[in-house]
Amino acid sequence: MSLLSWVDERFPASKLWKEHLAEYYAPKNFNFWYFFGSLALLVLVLQIVTGIFLTMNYKPDAQLAFASVEYIMRDVQWGWLIRYLHSTGASAFFIVVYLHMFRGLIYGSYKQPRELVWIFGMLIYVALMAEAFMGYLLPWGQMSYWGAQVIISLFGAIPVIGEELALWIRGDFVVADATLNRFFAFHVIAVPFVLVALVVMHIIALHEVGSNNPDGIEIKQQKDEKGIPLDGIPFHPYYSVKDIVGVGVFLFIFALVVFYMPELDGWFLEKDNFIPADPLKTPEHIVPLWYFTPFYAILRAVPDKLFGVLAMGGAIVVLFLLPWLDRSPVKSIRYRGPLFRWALTLFIISFLALGYLGTQPATGLYTIMARVFAIVYFAFFLFMPIYTKLDNDKPVPERVNFK
Amino acid sequence: MTHSIDKAKRRFLTNATTVVGGVGVAAVAVPFLASMSPSEKAQAAGAPVNVDISKLALGQLLIVEWRGKPVWIVRRSADIIKTLKTETAKLSDPNSDEVDQQPEYCTNPSRSIREELMVVVGICTHLGCSPTYRPELSPADLGEDWKGGFFCPCHGSKFDLAGRVYQGMPAPTNLVVPPHHFVSNNQILIGEDAKGVA
Repeated sequence: MSLLSWVDERFPASKLWKEHLAEYYAPKNFNFWYFFGSLALLVLVLQIVTGIFLTMNYKPDAQLAFASVEYIMRDVQWGWLIRYLHSTGASAFFIVVYLHMFRGLIYGSYKQPRELVWIFGMLIYVALMAEAFMGYLLPWGQMSYWGAQVIISLFGAIPVIGEELALWIRGDFVVADATLNRFFAFHVIAVPFVLVALVVMHIIALHEVGSNNPDGIEIKQQKDEKGIPLDGIPFHPYYSVKDIVGVGVFLFIFALVVFYMPELDGWFLEKDNFIPADPLKTPEHIVPLWYFTPFYAILRAVPDKLFGVLAMGGAIVVLFLLPWLDRSPVKSIRYRGPLFRWALTLFIISFLALGYLGTQPATGLYTIMARVFAIVYFAFFLFMPIYTKLDNDKPVPERVNFK
Repeated sequence: MTHSIDKAKRRFLTNATTVVGGVGVAAVAVPFLASMSPSEKAQAAGAPVNVDISKLALGQLLIVEWRGKPVWIVRRSADIIKTLKTETAKLSDPNSDEVDQQPEYCTNPSRSIREELMVVVGICTHLGCSPTYRPELSPADLGEDWKGGFFCPCHGSKFDLAGRVYQGMPAPTNLVVPPHHFVSNNQILIGEDAKGVA
């Protein structure tokens, strides 16, 4: 009796391997856009490993935090590398997740029967934003401090309970040692734990319904006599090998940033964050890191505190509703009519423009532009049930296109 | 011997156990949630602060820390006090009608106990940045009409020298006037009314 069969009688090792890798049939027409799911998983592992090693030298104490980060950078052997891997990894995480979400958008991967795959994915995105926000307080620089001050103050806009809630989140009357300590606890254990659990659920839900593809065709509808989808190939070895090529290219670019431009001219590590936190002095120009700027621009576009916060929250909530807003029978952009294509183009432009405007001062023309693009952003979702229904979609073939 | 199963009783017992267990979970959550509120130490650090203003010059800004926040004290000139009473057209709440923003005894045009002394919390009511003191008249970046005041660098809110917000700013309300009173002629106690702790 082999060791494997001994294990299999006690734990479903072979069964899991087959179900999720060797006999998980994925559509054979995956393209470039299908790299980013596995890359997100890679970055998650990278962040957890580098994070564990950073906690060995970091001190979550308002008196010591800033200096302990500098200690990691200067005195801990290879500490600079571990920290730059972690800080670059944070931005890389958002890059691959945004591309991964965009893939879902163009190929209709959120549509029936994959609504829960999308919901779990959106929850991962929200957890990731919380993780990034709390992690950014830890170096205890000026941007860490005032960024946290501004974002926690957002809760103060909630009527009646807002101020008490903000006080409870901070654990003090302003962002202070108590805030730093609890953000450390959330950042290193609570949120990562939730993140990993959500990733597992995201993958279980995906493997239950099967992967979508660039043609948006359900490959399970065309099976051979053994019940295997005609357009399906086993994930391992076909896509595990394909993904390794993606990993190679990704790590090449990632290493370029880590070794040659870890601050990326203030985009990955902001200049003001090299000044220790000063609770009595706000920096001249407060900007969140790039991955939050589209939502920050929406917040600032509204000239009212409560409605600004609601608009910002709403910009994320509408994404959750996507599976029910889209009324088209067609999934992939390849067979969509012109209305959806135009709407999507305008949406991409407004999202990128808001991202840029969020990094600029909120004055004059910039504010007006942010308002216009914020309206376009919401219009994309608000009118989706109408234009996807009216759209002149093309007929979808029975089998996938594969050249 | 056969037993007849009383399913209604089973259901009742199961539900009752679930409810009691649920109450227990809710009760045990309280200490955890309460542990995140400001600790006794943080609240003690919120104790009143005694400030000596005998050396405060005309137009000078004094920043003191109360509950970890900056509190501004400015000695205002007679000209400024006059401006506070006349230049109210562009303010969003010139008469301090928003009751939460100042104690009752500061609901007046200068929002102060003594007209010449401004005492406000230097935290923008928009999103918690600390505005910059800009006492000069008509600087290039703030425009011809600028009569001196405070400018928030984060999102551009403008306040006058009584901490009153101008119209059309992101900040919804005037800056907060903390509870305070004069212990003696030259001593302010911030964080406490004349009647006692706020």
